[in-house]
Amino acid sequence: MASRYDRAITVFSPDGHLFQVEYAQEAVKKGSTAGKEMNPSHVKVGIRGTNIVVLGVEKKSVAKLQDERTVRKICALDDHVCMAFAGLTADARVVINRARVECQSHKLTVEDPVTVEYITRFIATLKQKYTQSNGRRPFGISALIVGFDDDGIPRLYQTDPSGTYHAWKANAIGRSAKTVREFLEKNYTEDAIASDNEAIKLAIKALLEVVQSGGKNIELAIIRRNQPLKMFSAKEVELYVTEIEKEKEEAEKKKSKKSV
Amino acid sequence: MALQDVCKWQSPDTQGPSPHLPRAGGWAVPRGCDPQTFLQIHGPRLAHGTTTLAFRFRHGVIAAADTRSSCGSYVACPASCKVIPVHQHLLGTTSGTSADCATWYRVLQRELRLRELREGQLPSVASAAKLLSAMMSRYRGLDLCVATALCGWDRSGPMLFYVYSDGTRLQGDIFSVGSGSPYAYGVLDRGYRYDMSTQEAYALARCAVAHATHRDAYSGGSVDLFHVRESGWEHVSRSDACVLYMELQKLLEPEPEEDASHAHPEPATAHRAAEERELSVGPGEMTPGDSRMPAGTETV
Repeated sequence: MASRYDRAITVFSPDGHLFQVEYAQEAVKKGSTAGKEMNPSHVKVGIRGTNIVVLGVEKKSVAKLQDERTVRKICALDDHVCMAFAGLTADARVVINRARVECQSHKLTVEDPVTVEYITRFIATLKQKYTQSNGRRPFGISALIVGFDDDGIPRLYQTDPSGTYHAWKANAIGRSAKTVREFLEKNYTEDAIASDNEAIKLAIKALLEVVQSGGKNIELAIIRRNQPLKMFSAKEVELYVTEIEKEKEEAEKKKSKKSV
Repeated sequence: MALQDVCKWQSPDTQGPSPHLPRAGGWAVPRGCDPQTFLQIHGPRLAHGTTTLAFRFRHGVIAAADTRSSCGSYVACPASCKVIPVHQHLLGTTSGTSADCATWYRVLQRELRLRELREGQLPSVASAAKLLSAMMSRYRGLDLCVATALCGWDRSGPMLFYVYSDGTRLQGDIFSVGSGSPYAYGVLDRGYRYDMSTQEAYALARCAVAHATHRDAYSGGSVDLFHVRESGWEHVSRSDACVLYMELQKLLEPEPEEDASHAHPEPATAHRAAEERELSVGPGEMTPGDSRMPAGTETV
């Protein structure tokens, strides 16, 4: 049944599915299979704190001869907005470029920087157009878009290949996103985001649930209110990871003391 | 028919629009002429006859204008409204071609309303000014004439922008537009302070427009006064310009006890004397007991 309705993007199936869009969502989960190389989609997590927004991504393992610095999964769209994506890197490049142009056009036409919601809506509208056009396939990416608006309120949005977008307090996309989301649901409390450091640690903890080999494979970016995007160096990430491990040990010691 | 063929005449309905007519939206100018120069020399003379002013101060933005619409030397309407509301927190004073101003303000209203619906909040005054100037700059060289001051209160407080139809867009504290603007600027520059009270601001605006209507032939009728506050705009008053000017002059006349030595000027020279006094002494400043007459005043 499905095979007759997934050739052309513009066709609904009898039971109301747009199969190309659903396949695109699969691509986001699984990552691309370009040639012989499997590029599994790595997990990305976004957290909205009180005065900070955090994006954490699982770092792609690079081949020996590959220059690590050229692999970037967190991209700035403007001074106050950035995004991380999961899925096809090439598709993401196109979307990010369009979004960056739109950020500047908006400033030119209207004198104000984009709100996070505006640029999310733009990206989502762009993705939706590709689900309703002849001869084109949908973008195979989901995006987490974070930033601060003029009014100083932090925002986190998620878009998917169908062109829908929602605001979130904390979310994850990519491989094992479900596990990470469940962790966040349990651990995202008012205390957890009370301070900037706590919010950062929550993001790292969430990633550590699914990322093997710890801090070396984590890339972190934050935006604080009225400050530009800050990418953490590997050392800074390590500092947080060691702090988290210390806290874990102390918590376990306390538990073992209690049980005795 | 034979005659038709000889004359090469075609019945009109078989033809499309004449190739000699300009395309829709175009101008017909003689061949070889630069359209802009041609229109500047021979084109329709546009009226800028008006006095409008706007200034921003601590308690908002004041917009004031006269109400005379002139068409050359003919007063087309003595009671027109030159201050157009755009939305609850934005007004525009208009000068130039009334039709152009009215049209472009409707377009601006539509743009801002659409953006408000899409974004969930009204664009700032800076955005509105940017949108208006961008829209009009596309028609540059086609004799659009809109000189307007956008007065509004947005997230950054009271804001004032001057927009002209060639694309000029300037932010400022005081603007006056129109043929009466030099006279208005004189009064405004003398009396403006950011920290004025609301009543002082009203008095200043009325005074400036009244003086401009007194001297400028193309300004007159009444004086409209609007105030944009944090809660929105309000129409403060519409007062007859001549009456207002007379009242302002009465305020300057000396008290009988203080200036017994002053020869009270006869009505014939009252106007000139009053103005001379104002020029040299400044509004409201009277030196009591001073028997000096300002130079050039005719004594009785």
